[in-house]
Amino acid sequence: MSSHSADGAVLAAHRISKKVSSPEGSLTILSDVSFLIDPGESVAVVGPSGAGKSTLLALLAGLDLPTDGHVVLNGANLGELDEDGRAQVRAESVGFVFQSFHLVPSLNALENVMLPLELAGASDARNTARNIIEQVGLKDRWSHYPAQLSGGEKQRVAIARAFATEPAVLFADEPTGNLDTRTGATIMELMFDLNKISATTLILVTHNHSLANRCDRVLSLDAGLLVSDTKAAA
Amino acid sequence: MKALKFAFRSFGRELRSGEVVVLLAAVILAVAALTAVGFLTDRIGKAVARQANEVLAADLRLRSQEPIPDSWREMAGDYELRTADMVSFPTVVFAGDESALTSLLAVSNGYPLRGAVRISDALFSEQREADGVPVPGEVWADSALLARLGADVGDRLSVGELELRIGSVVTYRPDQSIGFASLAPTLLMNISDVSASGLIGEGSRVRYALLIAGNEESVTGFNAAIEDELPDSMRLRSAEESSERAYAAADRAKRFLSLTAIISLLLSAVAVAMSARRFAHRRMDTVALMKSLGATQGFVISVAIVQLVMLGVIGVFAGSIVGFAAEEILAWILADIMQGDLPDPGPMPVILASGSAMVLLIGFALPSLIQLRNTPPLRVLRHDAMPPAPSRILVAGLSLAAVAALLYRSVGDPTMLLIVLGGIIVIATALYLVGRGLVALMGRFRSGVGVAWRYGLANVARRGRASAVQVVAFGLGLTVLLLLTLVRTDLLEGWRRTLDENAPNHFLINIQRSETESVTNVFAARGVKPPDFAPLVRARMTLINGVSVKEREYPEADAKWFVNREQNLSWATHLSASNELLEGEWWPPDYDGAPLVSIEEEVAAETGLAIGDRVQFEIAGQLLDAEITSVRRINWDSFMPNFFLVLSPGALDDYPATFIASMRVEDHEKGALVDLVRKHPTISVIDLDSILQQVRGIIEKATMAVQAVFFFTLAAGIAVLFAAVQSTIDERRFESAMLRALGARKRIVFAGIMAEFAALGVAAGVLAAAGASILAAILAVQLFELPYSFNPFLWLVGVAAGLLVVCASGYFAARSAINSAPVDVLRGAPN
Ligand SMILES: Nc1ncnc2c1ncn2[C@@H]1O[C@H](COP(=O)(O)OP(=O)(O)O)[C@@H](O)[C@H]1O
Ligand SMILES: [Mg+2]
Repeated sequence: MSSHSADGAVLAAHRISKKVSSPEGSLTILSDVSFLIDPGESVAVVGPSGAGKSTLLALLAGLDLPTDGHVVLNGANLGELDEDGRAQVRAESVGFVFQSFHLVPSLNALENVMLPLELAGASDARNTARNIIEQVGLKDRWSHYPAQLSGGEKQRVAIARAFATEPAVLFADEPTGNLDTRTGATIMELMFDLNKISATTLILVTHNHSLANRCDRVLSLDAGLLVSDTKAAA
Repeated sequence: MKALKFAFRSFGRELRSGEVVVLLAAVILAVAALTAVGFLTDRIGKAVARQANEVLAADLRLRSQEPIPDSWREMAGDYELRTADMVSFPTVVFAGDESALTSLLAVSNGYPLRGAVRISDALFSEQREADGVPVPGEVWADSALLARLGADVGDRLSVGELELRIGSVVTYRPDQSIGFASLAPTLLMNISDVSASGLIGEGSRVRYALLIAGNEESVTGFNAAIEDELPDSMRLRSAEESSERAYAAADRAKRFLSLTAIISLLLSAVAVAMSARRFAHRRMDTVALMKSLGATQGFVISVAIVQLVMLGVIGVFAGSIVGFAAEEILAWILADIMQGDLPDPGPMPVILASGSAMVLLIGFALPSLIQLRNTPPLRVLRHDAMPPAPSRILVAGLSLAAVAALLYRSVGDPTMLLIVLGGIIVIATALYLVGRGLVALMGRFRSGVGVAWRYGLANVARRGRASAVQVVAFGLGLTVLLLLTLVRTDLLEGWRRTLDENAPNHFLINIQRSETESVTNVFAARGVKPPDFAPLVRARMTLINGVSVKEREYPEADAKWFVNREQNLSWATHLSASNELLEGEWWPPDYDGAPLVSIEEEVAAETGLAIGDRVQFEIAGQLLDAEITSVRRINWDSFMPNFFLVLSPGALDDYPATFIASMRVEDHEKGALVDLVRKHPTISVIDLDSILQQVRGIIEKATMAVQAVFFFTLAAGIAVLFAAVQSTIDERRFESAMLRALGARKRIVFAGIMAEFAALGVAAGVLAAAGASILAAILAVQLFELPYSFNPFLWLVGVAAGLLVVCASGYFAARSAINSAPVDVLRGAPN
């Protein structure tokens, strides 16, 4: 399915499936998906609503475990780790940007950005966070609480937080889904810029085809199946 | 460390969320109730302990109705013990035209041998320790006596034939809690003035006491030496046995107050559990996020515990302050009842309350927080991903353990604890079921009402469990308050009504046979109906059916006290109108045979004495045998002179007797009493009206104090309501937004929510009225022996109070839901 060697991949899905039990019996929401992703690659995950994109993302990040198959993230086989072990892997190598921002309401912008740095045991969390807040253009608003920020500003904080730890892999689940078109576009520019600078691997779930086409590679899901895996022409 | 940092950083903002405020308020209430009661009982305990050492004003106190022979004083001297003498009797004193009954205490130099008398130089001025006793010619008076006489320091008092100067106000004496006349205010006098006063005559109610103190060894030696030689007329009391009773009484008061505080504590626990659940629920998103960012379970749980501890610390601090203030108020209410001033409280109550607050949080908040640990990180992507519910066994176990731990101190022993715990579970379950029943009943009205009411009632029914808990929480608080206000008044009124309007309101005691005619004349001269006199002969019981009363076995322990004490015997030709014959026969009016005796029913039951038994009395050194021929019931409410033992006519003719009488004296006739005591200073007049009033005052104050404690209960009920509303606030916001989006005016939405609280309030009021009525009926019949009369007013007030309190607090709890803008809510503004 891919020409890359397993050794070089930062993220590998090996025949992963996810079944859930529902009142109507067992339901397969992800079926036998495999791929390898190289360091620094930017990958878009596309597909209609309900295709299983978010489910896939959760499995790749170790937020949930597959029913079959396994995921190797930055050298760690997630299936062999317990919850705290997977949390450790995330603290060291994963960043997130969510559709609904998910900032901690009781912490201000700066403290939200500091949070993953501190969880990963970074030595100078405050300064690092300050720098990156500046990079996302919120220099003057660092002391504001989420409730005092607009949607676009919240997402900037979330992006700053995601890049703060210089993660090996950054997962973004429809990051512009809650924003208007213009704000969404600026947010995406910001994300692509930061991604280039930090050479992070980006896994971007999106509905937007033009966004998807800016990525190195596009994975298409439909009804839980990986229907195509295409690399950008250039 | 990381957890600590994070916990502190986010704490300030967490404090602003509603559920944390409720949780904190519940902890503060629990701590306040505990510390208020703790401080108060601590101070009472200390006062008792302080007095215990000086309760006799000596180590030993030898008492008698005759002057104590010098031989005892000499013997005490042989043991190198210090002694002081004391003579006491009730008498009426005058200041100008005002008169008042006082308990006169004449003391010799050296009094008190233990503790100190405290005096002040004028009414209500700074007090100090007195050195010595009043000098001859001077008296020290209790402030109550001065108030009754309208006199002050420096004025002159007529005491019998003497005119004495009031030298000081007595504010405290160590032995004030013992003695016969603690209801009559004290007058302290030098013992050398006694004989000149002319107040001690044949048969006056004089008590003599010899106070003895010294080092422990000598006291024990002396005590052992005299124990067997003590004549029957003398009684020995040691400080230890005297303080035992005070300790027991203080202990009972302590337990009762702690148990009332526990009710507030339990309700607070419900509020804590509810708001902790909400707190945990609201924190789930944050926890899931932190986990997705790499936080471990240990980190999550540490943050939760650190914040819980911080809440506990704030709760303890604020609660202690509130509790301290409340205690000051309680102490102020109770100031008159507790003689002397209370020592300052120690730090112990705060320490205990802190411990209790932590137990409360661990037992009722921790389970919800532990659950947070298992929040799936997947929740960041799928909002319906929830942690598994905490195990029921863990929740029930922890909360039960917490309640047991909290109760243990007030209850004492493990068996009692089990019983009380069982009782709590049974009562709580029963109340809960009643609450559910009432909620279900409310739901049935739903079809017959308008849209707002239907919506409100539907909500009450839908949140059945939480609704029932709220009904019970409020119902309990209201029950007690109703009981303490309306029912108390009802019972006191009912009792007063059973008293005859024409019942006697004055007792005359210590009338000599020779004085009866003159007394009759004094009243006749003023146009007042003279009293009937009842003879009274003092005696001691020696044998029952030939066996010494000291060796006999009795059905009840109280009997020992009765048979050993001095008996007041009387005789009568006819059965008194206030008596009812239960068994045997009353003697014919012209009976003049061998002595017969009629006995009161309760004494008969306690002592096991029955018709046909023979009792021997010793009267002034002579022996008298009498056979029991009847058993009587006495109506004490008649306020007629009544006697446990009444003998047949002639039986007591050869013995020295004094007379007592009861009579009704209206206010405008009181001048006759002044004439009487002027003419016969040795006769004591006891004013029942003022004693009744005093008793009533004590009851009022004590219930007021208990009421104050129960305000914490009501406040805890409000906390439960707030917690319950908080836990549904998102739902309510969404619903009210939806209703408004559907076109309902704000007023309708508001009416719907208020209808819900009105239903809860009515249910709580019904529960409270029913509870108070049942308890009132039990109290009336069991305790006061009154017929219970139904009071519809109770139901009216109960329901109105429930409606008012629940609607008002409900409004404050839910107003944000009513006022939120529909668009914001329906869009679900993300963070
Ligand atoms: N735990 C679950 N239980 C039941 N259904 C689930 C669960 N997780 C996902 N699904 C279902 O699987 C499908 C895929 O979901 P999701 O991955 O969120 O899709 P996408 O993100 O592509 O829109 C949806 O129909 C969703 O309802
Ligand atoms: Mg999705």
